[in-house]
Amino acid sequence: MMPLGLSAAELALVGATFLASAVEIVEAYTIVLAMGLTRGWRSTAAGAVAALALLAVLTVVAGYTILRLIPPSLLQLVIGTLLLIFGLQWLRKAILRSAGRKALHDEDAIFVTEVEAAQAAPVRTLFGLDWFAFVVAFKGVLLEGLEVVVIVLTFGITADNIPLAAVGALLAIVPVTILVILVRGPLSRVPENSIKYVVGLLLTTFGTFWAIEGLGLFATGSESLEWPTGDLAIAIVLLGWIVVSRILISALRDRDSPLAEAEVAP
Amino acid sequence: MRYLAAFFRFWYEFIVGDDWRIAAGVVGVLAIGALATRAGYAEPALTLTLFAGLVAVFALPLLADSRRS
Repeated sequence: MMPLGLSAAELALVGATFLASAVEIVEAYTIVLAMGLTRGWRSTAAGAVAALALLAVLTVVAGYTILRLIPPSLLQLVIGTLLLIFGLQWLRKAILRSAGRKALHDEDAIFVTEVEAAQAAPVRTLFGLDWFAFVVAFKGVLLEGLEVVVIVLTFGITADNIPLAAVGALLAIVPVTILVILVRGPLSRVPENSIKYVVGLLLTTFGTFWAIEGLGLFATGSESLEWPTGDLAIAIVLLGWIVVSRILISALRDRDSPLAEAEVAP
Repeated sequence: MRYLAAFFRFWYEFIVGDDWRIAAGVVGVLAIGALATRAGYAEPALTLTLFAGLVAVFALPLLADSRRS
């Protein structure tokens, strides 16, 4: 029996959206913290809340529109392809960072840059808000959240459960917020690259499975293509991508690089 | 016009990212898969062949880049 009565597929759905959301929230908090501590919390919080509201509306409207306008057979192919491209991008960056060929996402450095920009910008009030703090917080949360919306929609639509996918993403807000309150600064010690590696593997695996199944759209009868072992193929595909990524990390590792001490994926 | 260009640049960077070869490779492999399926090769073995194709279009550019640098 799975926890909370969820099936294995539903747990994977919640886990993937939770992890993807957690990483993006950590990045968004760096910007929000820099604005809040430098320019005040009222305008910063207003910008962040406005962006969250827009993201919620986007999720509902886009989800509803996609489900109504795109036939199910085409949906599987389109969503699988989008997820696959997204997942491979995440995986590529995680592999390059683990191999020491790309600098890690440095939350401390980003925080310092944002604080300097906030201190240098003149104060301009609009609708009673510090416009600079509002816009920077709004853009930061919106851009980081957009990736989460795509992941929630793609996973949610394919699993036929957008609300559960959204719950996974929203749940991530709680632990990250608690950590931010405890640390009172940017979360530079969160193993972002390891989380991105895991999320990249999950997105790539499900993207591979669904995109290839969706090619059945072009077959006579337009039925999904069958993987040799049915749904068990998801585990095989996951294992395949894990092996490929480990080989690539090992082959690409640059021991002379100043980034050689980079955080290695789990 | 500037806003339109910025709009398309945003979505290009959002979906395609900083290595266009990933998106091009994925679309290429799936296009071949679509042609094979259309031609009647909708066998389970095709799924594994396409999976191998996706691995190749992802791994080969990464390895080629590392050789050059």
